[in-house]
Amino acid sequence: MPFEELPHTADWSLRIWAPDLTQLFAESARGMNALAGIRLAEKPRVRRLFSVSSPDVESLLVSFLSELVYFSEQDRLAFDQIHLSLDLEDSPPCHLSATLRGAPILSLDKAIKAVTYHNLKIQQTTRGYEIEIVFDV
Amino acid sequence: MIGLHDLTKISDYEWEIPQLFRGDMRGPVRIFSTRELLEQILGDKSLEQAVNASTLPGLVGAVVVMPDMHQGYGFPIGGVAATQFPRGVVSPGAIGYDINCGVRLLASSIALEAALPQIDRLATLLNQYCPSGVGVKGVLHVNIPELDRLLQTGSRWALKNGYASENDIAHTEENGCLEGADPAKISERAKARGREQIGSVGAGNHFVEVDVVEAVLDPQTAAVFGLSEGCLVVQIHCGSRGLGHQVCTDYVQDFQSVVQRYGIKLPDRELVCAPMDSPEGQAYLGAMRAAANFAFVNRQLLAYSARRAFEETFAGKLKNWQLTQVYDICHNMGKVESHEVDGKNVKVCVHRKGATRAFGPSTPGLPPEYQHTGQPVLVPGSMGTASWVLAGTETSMLRSWGSSCHGAGRTMSRAKAKHDFRGDDLRRKLEERGIKIRAGSMSGLAEEAPSAYKDVDAVVETVIAAGIARKVARLRPLAVVKG
Repeated sequence: MPFEELPHTADWSLRIWAPDLTQLFAESARGMNALAGIRLAEKPRVRRLFSVSSPDVESLLVSFLSELVYFSEQDRLAFDQIHLSLDLEDSPPCHLSATLRGAPILSLDKAIKAVTYHNLKIQQTTRGYEIEIVFDV
Repeated sequence: MIGLHDLTKISDYEWEIPQLFRGDMRGPVRIFSTRELLEQILGDKSLEQAVNASTLPGLVGAVVVMPDMHQGYGFPIGGVAATQFPRGVVSPGAIGYDINCGVRLLASSIALEAALPQIDRLATLLNQYCPSGVGVKGVLHVNIPELDRLLQTGSRWALKNGYASENDIAHTEENGCLEGADPAKISERAKARGREQIGSVGAGNHFVEVDVVEAVLDPQTAAVFGLSEGCLVVQIHCGSRGLGHQVCTDYVQDFQSVVQRYGIKLPDRELVCAPMDSPEGQAYLGAMRAAANFAFVNRQLLAYSARRAFEETFAGKLKNWQLTQVYDICHNMGKVESHEVDGKNVKVCVHRKGATRAFGPSTPGLPPEYQHTGQPVLVPGSMGTASWVLAGTETSMLRSWGSSCHGAGRTMSRAKAKHDFRGDDLRRKLEERGIKIRAGSMSGLAEEAPSAYKDVDAVVETVIAAGIARKVARLRPLAVVKG
């Protein structure tokens, strides 16, 4: 798993890494699901498509993950197949298009209520790209 | 990392990080703590976060932090910052995601001896009527026009619909309704998250708890608050649920570009803010106040449900089983208040995140009967430990922006708590001590292990010694309902 939990006094924090930015976004979503202990029902399978725009890459990641928080709380849905298309080439804003496949949440250990910007900075490292995200729980 | 050598000792209970510590600070950081608690505070990044908070534009005086402080994100938990009104900024992250998270205390004249045979049934009924846990719905679902009326009028909505009494409203901070609430500034998404959660506890460290007044330290003030030694009380700790979280999420995202528009530079993007007199600042204030009103109603509905559980348990068995509201306080909030600065009364926006308003005697806005005592300051302990009822003082008005501590304060990560403790073991130990536990999640219970928190008595002794609150009564838990 290309993510690990970091110590945080009150909330939850994850470090995520991936060879490219598109995979970093997808692994962040998978890491968030793992942190929440989400287990999916087998059926019915569902599909969700959406797009988000943000002024920079870190904001785009928060917007994307916040969409998933909303799906989780409001529709009780989570996703195990994540296909993303990122448009970061031009000047701001950045765009993301997501095609997600998943199912209703059977059970979860913890509700992630919000994705924060605390010290949010995507870094280039020997592993490709890395980021640390603090979640409000 | 900030170390002890960076702090100036003011007294045994007060320390300071001077403004010169870092070039971008706009004021010092004042820390209310003993040396022992300071060792725990220095163990995480909370003081770095307090220094970051001191860079907010328009900051007035010192950023103040309480002995229960710990690391948050952006702004530390247990922090208070005042900004000039209306030219200074308002920062959603300095108020928090759970807007108007707070505590309500209901008192009774039910004697412990008479109640003891019924406590198990009472715990079961409270658990049944006060929905708690991850993803639970509330006791009331409303349509959007009705939700807008609720967001606009707060506890008055609950009164009109039969869920509150005039006495409840008179004993709620701001009478349960922040003026200037603007439901139109709240997104459809936030309303969708909130409309089915009214009257629910949620998860995390939120709870409904039955306690006994174990000791009265100030009989006169306790009598005014309606607290009698040996009698039952109820504490309700929760906030604005998904609605508040979505409001904060929306505005922290929006303000990422707002700070660039106004040329505001900050050390942490979670601290983004807008001038209060700007259209963006006004929009957030309107939304935040509406979310705060939602939280007042949420706790009011839970009080209504608690009363229902008490009635079913005690009516016909005891004469006086009713619950009377002592007070409802907010500990995540931004409010425009008047405070004395350099001998002058000035209006400031006080951001409190994990800090309780602690207005002293004769402060405008308190109920008439609390004008002589100062407001009740409600300090819940960690699960299974004591809680405290304190009162605000003149010193809190002068030294801490009319604020005091809000709880014990975490000292251990949730991950470590889950690793070190087992929920079922914890429940068994608490039950052996006579504390009834109703919890939806054993792992959630483990995260809230008392050892994951500081000693609430040490926290309270610190604010007492510093003079920013005074003791009224100590509470001992009998039954806890958690998500």
